[in-house]
Amino acid sequence: MSLASPLIALGLTVVIGTLLFVLLGKDPLRGLAVFFVEPLKSAYALTELAVKATPLLLIALGLAVCFRSNVWNIGAEGQFILGAIFASGIAMQATPATGGWFFVPVIVGGVLGGMCWAGIVALLRDRFNANEILVSLMLVYVAEQVLNWLVYGPWKDPAGYNFPQTITFLKSTQVPRLFAGLRINVGAPLALLATGLFWVFMFRTYAGFQLQVGGLAPAAARYAGFSSRKALWTALLVSGGMAGLAGGLEVAGPLGQLTPHVPAGYGFAAIIVAFVGRLHPVGIVFSAVLMSMFYIGGELAQSRLGLPKSLTGVFQGLLLFSLLACDTLIAYRVRWARGAPRASKVAN
Amino acid sequence: MTAPALVVPNEAKGLGSAASPLRLELVALSKQYPAVKANDRVSLAVRPGEIHAVLGENGAGKSTLMKMIYGAVRPDEGEIRWNGTPVQIASPAEARALGIAMVYQHFSLFDTLTAAENVWLGLDRSRSLAEVIAQVRKVAGEYGLEVDPLRPVHTLSVGEKQRVEIVRALMTAPKLLILDEPTSVLTPQAVQILFVTLRKLAGEGCSILYISHKLDEIRALCHVCTVLRGGKVTGTVDPRQESNASLSRLMIGAEPPPLQHRAAAPGAVVLAVQGLTLSKADPFGTSLEAVSFDVRAGEVLGIAGVSGNGQQELMAAISGEDPRAPAGSIRLFGGDIAQQSPRPRRRAGLHFVPEERLGRGAVPTLSLAQNTLLTRTRAVGRGGWLRIGDVKALAESLIRRFNVKAGGPGSAAKSLSGGNLQKFIVGREIDAAPKLLVVSQPTWGVDVGAAAQIRGELLALRDAGCAVLVVSEELDELFEISDRLVVIAQGRVSPSVPVASATVAQIGEWMSGLWPAATAGGGTA
Repeated sequence: MSLASPLIALGLTVVIGTLLFVLLGKDPLRGLAVFFVEPLKSAYALTELAVKATPLLLIALGLAVCFRSNVWNIGAEGQFILGAIFASGIAMQATPATGGWFFVPVIVGGVLGGMCWAGIVALLRDRFNANEILVSLMLVYVAEQVLNWLVYGPWKDPAGYNFPQTITFLKSTQVPRLFAGLRINVGAPLALLATGLFWVFMFRTYAGFQLQVGGLAPAAARYAGFSSRKALWTALLVSGGMAGLAGGLEVAGPLGQLTPHVPAGYGFAAIIVAFVGRLHPVGIVFSAVLMSMFYIGGELAQSRLGLPKSLTGVFQGLLLFSLLACDTLIAYRVRWARGAPRASKVAN
Repeated sequence: MTAPALVVPNEAKGLGSAASPLRLELVALSKQYPAVKANDRVSLAVRPGEIHAVLGENGAGKSTLMKMIYGAVRPDEGEIRWNGTPVQIASPAEARALGIAMVYQHFSLFDTLTAAENVWLGLDRSRSLAEVIAQVRKVAGEYGLEVDPLRPVHTLSVGEKQRVEIVRALMTAPKLLILDEPTSVLTPQAVQILFVTLRKLAGEGCSILYISHKLDEIRALCHVCTVLRGGKVTGTVDPRQESNASLSRLMIGAEPPPLQHRAAAPGAVVLAVQGLTLSKADPFGTSLEAVSFDVRAGEVLGIAGVSGNGQQELMAAISGEDPRAPAGSIRLFGGDIAQQSPRPRRRAGLHFVPEERLGRGAVPTLSLAQNTLLTRTRAVGRGGWLRIGDVKALAESLIRRFNVKAGGPGSAAKSLSGGNLQKFIVGREIDAAPKLLVVSQPTWGVDVGAAAQIRGELLALRDAGCAVLVVSEELDELFEISDRLVVIAQGRVSPSVPVASATVAQIGEWMSGLWPAATAGGGTA
C-alpha cells in the first residue's frame, strides 16, 4: 500500500491540475498534454527530459541516504550552489592548451564543494548539537549570497557588459556530450551508475545497514553499537557530494558559465523526488523523470498556453501534498466527531 | 446467536434475581480480530462487593475482554448487563458514567504535574483544584493510600504513582474497579498494602475485576476466578479452594515442567563492577551510586528490585550504550571496559538482551534475517560486504533451534508476537556463545510456555560455564533461576545473598532500600 501511495498521489495531482486548467480558462486536455505528453514526444524532448532529471536524480539519491539515516538535510540547494562555485573556480583556470580531460577535475571540484558545505552542517551538529534542518536550510541562503558576491564581484566577466556572470568556460572544460547537437551529456549515465551504487551500498554493505538502523530505530543502533556520529558524517558528506556533483555537472554542462540563475530549485525539488520515490533507488529514477516533466511542462505552459512558469512549482507542491495526504490517510482513518470531545479523555 | 448462549442468561438471571442482582454480567461476548478470535463466547458474572480474578496467559484474551467492558472495544456478539439491564458501552466515558473505573498496568500520568493536578485532569471541569486536593486527601486517608497530592508525579516512586492512579479511579466512587496486573511493579510488602485497600473497597460493595497471572496473589485475594485460555473460558472456580497446580492446569492446559536446576559450580570472576557511580543522563532517570558486585563463570546472578530504581541505567552502563562510567569501574575478565562502545565489549564475549524488544533489541520494520546483523557479524565479509545467504541461514537456524513461530527469515520483526520475538532475540545472543550474558526482564510479557523455555536456555548456558546476569522484576523468576541475588534500590546495589538462604520477605524488605550496610563491597556473602 505504501508503494501505491505515490501513484494515487500522482492521480490526484492530475485531477487537481485538470481543475486548475479549467479554472484558468484553458483547455484541460491541452494543458495536461503540455505536462505529460509533450516532454516525451521526440528524441530531442526526451534528452531534454534527461538533462533536467540528471541533477534531480543525483541530489535525490544523496538525500535518500540522509533521510534513511534520520539526518534531515534540506540544504541540498546550497550544497548544489557550492558545487557549482567550486567547479567554476577550477573551470576558469583552463587555458586554450588544456586537453579534454579537464572536465574531470572540474567535476571533482564540484563534489568537494558540496561536501564542504554539508560538512559544515555535520560539524555544527556534531560539535554543538545544532539542529541540522535549520543549519542546512540557512546555509542555502549563505550559499546564494556567496554566489552573488562572486558573480557581481571578483569573478565578473570583464567583457560581459557588466552582466553578473563569469566568463563562458572554455570548450575543454565541458562535460562530454553523448550525441552531437543534443545537450545530454555523460552526467545522465553517471546518475544511473550512481543509482546502482546507491542500491549496493544501502542493501548489500554493512555500512549501509548501519545507516538504515540508525534511521529506523536509534535505540537499536545504540544497542548494536553503531556510531551515530559516523552515520551523521557519512550521510551528510555523501549527500553533499552528490549535490555538489550535480552542481558541477550543471555549470560544466548545459550552462557553461556561472550566473546568479544557477540555482533552479533542484535542491528543494529533489526532496520531493526522494520521498515520492519512497527513498528507494528505482522509485527515485521514476520520480526524478516525473519532476523533470513538471519543469519542462512549466516552461512549455509559458510559451504555449501563456501561463506563468511558476506552474512548475504549483505542480510540485500538489504532488507533495497529495503524497503526504495519501500516506496519512492510508495509515489513519478520519473520524468526524459529533459534538465536543469529552474532557475526561485526557485521563486515559 | 445459538441455543446455549440463550440458556446461560436465563439461568444467570434466575440466580441473580434470587440473590442480590449481579453488578456486571457478560453473556457470550465474542470479538474477532483479523487473525485471531480474541474472545470466543466469554461469559462472566460479578456480584457486588466481589473480588473477581481474571486469570490467563498473555494472549488469552484478558485485555480484549477488559477493553470491551471499559468501552474501548466493541464486541461482535453477546451482551453486557449492568445491574441487570443490558447496556451498550460505546466509549470509556460512558463506562465511567456507569460507574466503571480502570487502572491500567502502564500508568498514564503526566510527570511534570502534581498528583492532584493529574487527578483533576480526569474529572469534569466544574470542580476547583482546591476541592480536588481536599478530596484526594480524604479518599487517600479513607483507604490507606498514602499520597501527597502536591508532589509532582516524577518525584513519586512507582508504588506511589499506582496509588495516584487508584485514587483517581476512586474519585468517581466506582461500582466496579478494573485492575490490570496491578502488582507487577510493587514490592511484596507494597502488594500486601494494596490488598488491604482492595479488601476494604470490596467490603463497601465495590466490585473488583483483578487481572493477573500470579497464582499466589489470586488465591490470597480473590473470591472467584475466571480462567481464560485461547479466548475461551476454561473454568470459573473459587481460587481459595484451588492449588497453584490446578489453576495453572486450567490456564495453560498443563503444568509447566519443573526446571532442572543443578548446583552451581562458580569459576573465575567474569564481570566485576566496582564503585560504579554515574549521574543520570535524563532528568527522570536514576543516578547510580557506588554500585559494586561481580558475576562468576558458571553462575546466575539475579538483580531484584522495583522498576525505575536504576536497572535501566546499570544495564546501559554494562552494555556500553552509556559509555560514561568512570574508568576501571566495569571490568570484563580483568580488562577495563567501562568506556568502550558495545561492539568491542561484544567481541570480548559480553552479550546483552535489552528489555525493549521492538526498537532496541530488534528493528521493527526490518526482517529477522537483517536483525541478526545487529549483534552478529559472521555474515559480514571483507570490506563490509554482506553475504545475504549467510544472513538468512543464521536467521533460519535460530528460528529452528529456538522454536520461534515466524513466517521465515524474511518476516518483519514487528510481525512476531512478543514471546516469539523474545525467543528470537535471546536465541540470537545465546547462539553467539557468549562468555557473559546480561539479560533484562527475560520473560516480560512472554507466555508461560515460552518463559519456561527461555529460563531453561539460560540455565543450560550457565551449566556450560557462561556467566549470566539477570535483571527481573519477577521475584519468583529470580528465585527460580539465580544462584545469588542482589537487590537494586534508588541506584544502590545491596550485598549479595545466595538464593538458598534468601527469603522473599528479606528480599522484599531490601527492595525498599533497607539492607544491612555492614557487608558493603559486593563480595559473595
